[in-house]
Amino acid sequence: MNNKIRSTFKGGLGQLTIPLIAIAILFLFNLIRDPGFFSIEITYNNDGNAVLAGNLISVINGASELAVLAMGMTLVTAACGGQDISVGAAAAIAGSAFVKVLKSGSAITGGTVILAFLCACIVAMLFASFNGTLVAVFRIQPMIATLILYTCGRSIAYWINGGATPTVDSPIIRAIGSFIPGVPIPTPVLIVVAVTILFMLIFHFTSLELFTQSVGINGSAARLNGINSTLIKLLSFIILGFCVAVAGIIGVSRLELINHETLLLDVEMDAILAVAIGGNNLGGGKFKIVGSIIGAYVIQILTITLYAMKVSSTDVKAYKAIVIVLLVVIGSPVIKAKFAKLMSQLKSNKQRVSMKGAE
Amino acid sequence: MQDKVILQMRDIEKRFPGVLALSGVDFTLRKGEIHALMGENGAGKSTLIKVLTGVYQMDDGEITVDGEKVAIRSPQDAQNKGISTVYQEITLCPNLTVAENMFIGRGNGVLVKQKDYEKKADEILGRLGIPARSRQQLGSCSLAVQQMVAIARAVDMNCKVLILDEPTSSLDDKEVNLLFELMRNLKSRGVGIIFVTHFLEQVYEVSDRITVLRNGELVGEYLTEELPQVELVAKMMGKELDELNSLGESEEKKMENGEVFYEAESLSSSDALPFSFNIHKGEVNGFTGLLGSGRSESVRAIFGADKIGGGNVKIKGRPVKITRPIEAMKHGIGYLAEDRKRDGIIAELSVRENIILALQVMNGFFKPISRGESEAFADEYIKALNIKTASRETPIGSLSGGNQQKVILARWLLTHPDYLILDEPTRGIDVGTKLEIQKLVLKLAEEGVSVTFISSEVEEMLRTCSRLIVMRDRHIVGELKGKDLNQKKVMETIAGGEAGNE
Amino acid sequence: MKTDKNLRREPLTDTQLLMMITIIIFLAMYFLAMALLGGGFLHAQQIFDMLNDNASLIIVSCGLTIVMIGGGIDISVGAVTSLVVMSCVLFLNGGGNIFTSILLALGIGLAFGLVQGFLISYLEIQPFIVTLAGMFFARGMTTILSVNPQKAEHEGFKALREMKIEIPFLGYTAKNGNFVPARVELGVIVALVCVVLVFLLLRFLRLGRGFYAIGGNQQSALMLGINVKRTRFLSYVLSGLLSGISGYVFMMHTGAGNATNAAGMEMNAIASSIIGGTLLTGGVGNVFGTFFGTMTLTTIKKIVVSSGLNDPWWQSITTGGMLCFFILLQSVVLSRRSKKKKAE
Repeated sequence: MNNKIRSTFKGGLGQLTIPLIAIAILFLFNLIRDPGFFSIEITYNNDGNAVLAGNLISVINGASELAVLAMGMTLVTAACGGQDISVGAAAAIAGSAFVKVLKSGSAITGGTVILAFLCACIVAMLFASFNGTLVAVFRIQPMIATLILYTCGRSIAYWINGGATPTVDSPIIRAIGSFIPGVPIPTPVLIVVAVTILFMLIFHFTSLELFTQSVGINGSAARLNGINSTLIKLLSFIILGFCVAVAGIIGVSRLELINHETLLLDVEMDAILAVAIGGNNLGGGKFKIVGSIIGAYVIQILTITLYAMKVSSTDVKAYKAIVIVLLVVIGSPVIKAKFAKLMSQLKSNKQRVSMKGAE
Repeated sequence: MQDKVILQMRDIEKRFPGVLALSGVDFTLRKGEIHALMGENGAGKSTLIKVLTGVYQMDDGEITVDGEKVAIRSPQDAQNKGISTVYQEITLCPNLTVAENMFIGRGNGVLVKQKDYEKKADEILGRLGIPARSRQQLGSCSLAVQQMVAIARAVDMNCKVLILDEPTSSLDDKEVNLLFELMRNLKSRGVGIIFVTHFLEQVYEVSDRITVLRNGELVGEYLTEELPQVELVAKMMGKELDELNSLGESEEKKMENGEVFYEAESLSSSDALPFSFNIHKGEVNGFTGLLGSGRSESVRAIFGADKIGGGNVKIKGRPVKITRPIEAMKHGIGYLAEDRKRDGIIAELSVRENIILALQVMNGFFKPISRGESEAFADEYIKALNIKTASRETPIGSLSGGNQQKVILARWLLTHPDYLILDEPTRGIDVGTKLEIQKLVLKLAEEGVSVTFISSEVEEMLRTCSRLIVMRDRHIVGELKGKDLNQKKVMETIAGGEAGNE
Repeated sequence: MKTDKNLRREPLTDTQLLMMITIIIFLAMYFLAMALLGGGFLHAQQIFDMLNDNASLIIVSCGLTIVMIGGGIDISVGAVTSLVVMSCVLFLNGGGNIFTSILLALGIGLAFGLVQGFLISYLEIQPFIVTLAGMFFARGMTTILSVNPQKAEHEGFKALREMKIEIPFLGYTAKNGNFVPARVELGVIVALVCVVLVFLLLRFLRLGRGFYAIGGNQQSALMLGINVKRTRFLSYVLSGLLSGISGYVFMMHTGAGNATNAAGMEMNAIASSIIGGTLLTGGVGNVFGTFFGTMTLTTIKKIVVSSGLNDPWWQSITTGGMLCFFILLQSVVLSRRSKKKKAE
């Protein structure tokens, strides 16, 4: 285990360098701008619970849906070499199914919530299998295949909701969306931790990581080594489906209502971005889930920082775009190669100088 | 006219990280000659060609075209200087028409004159006897025709130097003859042709001069008529020839005496015609034949790599069904694929992950090999096969070809197969590794593993196999063993023998 | 022996085949709608309405088709359209003249094309990420310019907007007995000109064929002597420029700038291209196909409305279904083709 950690740091830091530097710079920037940015305080919410509050808390809380989706998106990206752009729409469907089941009984109890969660998962996984089948069996590029659900997913959610935006009023749902009484940490953060642990367990107890990477890097070789690549691709979509359901439920619980139009709007773009910022190749292959999670938090820190600088929520996108471009330009293969060349030139110059000195 | 030099390469050097691919290589091409560039895989032929065509930049040396010193920076640059190349893999756009493929990227001007192109293309195609139509989508032509279109393009570009890189490997006899006619035609017009091929007979049929490379160095330049075929082979293989011979002599080849391990009766797949075949325990046999003769397709069918058409398969006398690779693996069959890059290595994964891959698949999705175990396996095989790698976590893609091949071998050895199919395991790797792999095959056989061995180099198969199955035109045309196992007999059988089938 | 063979018809190329399928399905659908639903579908104005409403979508789809033929993707087109609308409205309201506002529209589009093209082709960054950033930037800039909807008050522009081409002989007599001539907006003319120009570019210019070549096989294109980087760069520049034009046409249609203008237009444009037979893998596609792709998408929506499915969700659900149908159809057609070839 110790060995593993060490090798992760040795071998994996390369990929994680840029997102980690991005976080560091954002932290430093905030530290200079306003050290108060980092203050964490304990406040009391409407229910009288002692809870943590502060910008950092809003960062890790606010990025929860994104982090969960980014994990699933990483797998799909790795296995299929493309991205699912329907996750926002699918989350709306899952959220609608969740609310539909919740409201079908007379009272919302722990049992109905679990039942509703399972239903939402099944619904999301079914839609994900539809996408997965198009990709894995019919060999359609993921972006095109998921464009279908992207186009009509939110309308399907609207249809499930019967043309309304139903609200759910229940302490259990409130607890999922904000805080569990007695626990100062926001529940969505706990859910992210749980999902992350789930992923780690899956990677530990199955060969998912090795097989997914093999399929993504060299599908033909993977097949000749007995890997069923169709199944692996489908599986990656189904796992993403689970993540979509979880994200959808967090989103619904936060607002205590399901709005098919606004729930997790444009989240697919952020999720893909998180994967890319995390240093994962969007063309598939080798991946690091940790990278994508960090990527999700980079996006959120950036957003919260901008909010703290009184940038309005609609304008944030423009600044975000500039940072994204900076990040990808630094990470671009051409710039990296140029940089490496420059470094080696400097080195050889130095050597020459020192040799001259020796003479 | 014959002696006018149109291309001279002097002292060419090309380094790749950790490898000296070319060092001090000279090459001279005269006007109107067909000059064969020979060497084993990995000798540096393709690197030299790529330097000449601007795909790679040389690290040292000098190129002169028509007496003028030139620097070739890109393929386009090469084209402008009159150096055209037709590669083994088709480098045309399958989505465009034949005419467009012949004229795109040439000349100046903003407009394309489709009609003119089509007219000119038809004229050239007709003159060269190429069975293609100008307005056909290139992707709808056979590979052979696509290749000829590429040549037609080069011809029309008035090239001074035409490089044909393994042009005949996907052509049948008739098409080869057509190509040779075309080459002689061009030669008579003063084009210098560099001909790269593996087929010795073709070299002697068409070329005037031969330059031999070995291990990235120049062995020499010879007139074809003055260099007997045996000597050419010796020059290509170098001094290791003696060593290789001793291998064959010292090892007592095992004749089939054990029980039959695998047996197929009229097995066929989407790519292979029905054939029957068996192999005994501890036997080494081989499939031979020219490229495209169906040898790879047949072993792929054994492994279930392509869609299986029909046939009965027995393992140790019990009927089994093998339709997918995983089923073959479960029955103790391993398959090292012909195209290492495409079907073998998972380039970005580490040596360790590449080694355990097949075993992991056999263990199943829910029983991952622990980190510690996989490291132990990797270390064991890196040592056993003498794999040269910085560490077990190095991505396999950064290893040399020979070491990559050893990793793939390790992958299959780790599954402890009863029957191992090795399709061109020695292709594109250095002689030393070749020897190691051959020794390994014989050792495995001694341990009771059945091995099917395929190689383009007949010598190699004669040294390792106790039985050779000869294929031609996707059919098995002969089986050689005992005293019939000699180069002459093999060549005769491949070519159709005296009896012939004309 | 070979020459007389040339007279015979060649089998369709992939591009032609996919485009034919689209056109046939569009015509069949439209005639079916005329026969079963009648009403508006019987009037020529129906088609002109569809064109009036979708002129700017047609233009961006042309740009996207170019990029997709070259094997790339550009998802910034909708946001750039929106930014152009907002900028031009504010510029006109601030006292700018029409001619300069057109230059401004083209300039913004071109700027996006140049920067995105440079990042994608010369710095080799994934097109999806670059154009995603472009989309964010354009959307953000739009709201920075103004969060509130802005109506164009410029008199000259209003007059320009009102200019409509009337085609009397395609008109119809309304229920009240008045004769209504068919009306076409100027934007439609611009859109049709764009379609024709892009068609000519793709068909007859060296550059256009270069797009097909790099999309078909980038490595081969390089070997054939095509400047792959420059060609790819120009595909994004053209797409940006067309987004600029699309913005102006959009403004002529709506007459106001709004932060939510052209929302989701990039995906509609991708859908149009795909239905029209452009493959995201590159190398296959035709701008006329794309035009009919847009028309097919619009017709489906009109049919849904006319057949009384009034619930708001039916339009997009049928659109999704349509898209699914086309994608599967193309996948099946192309894979059958390659199988047939293999069998030969």
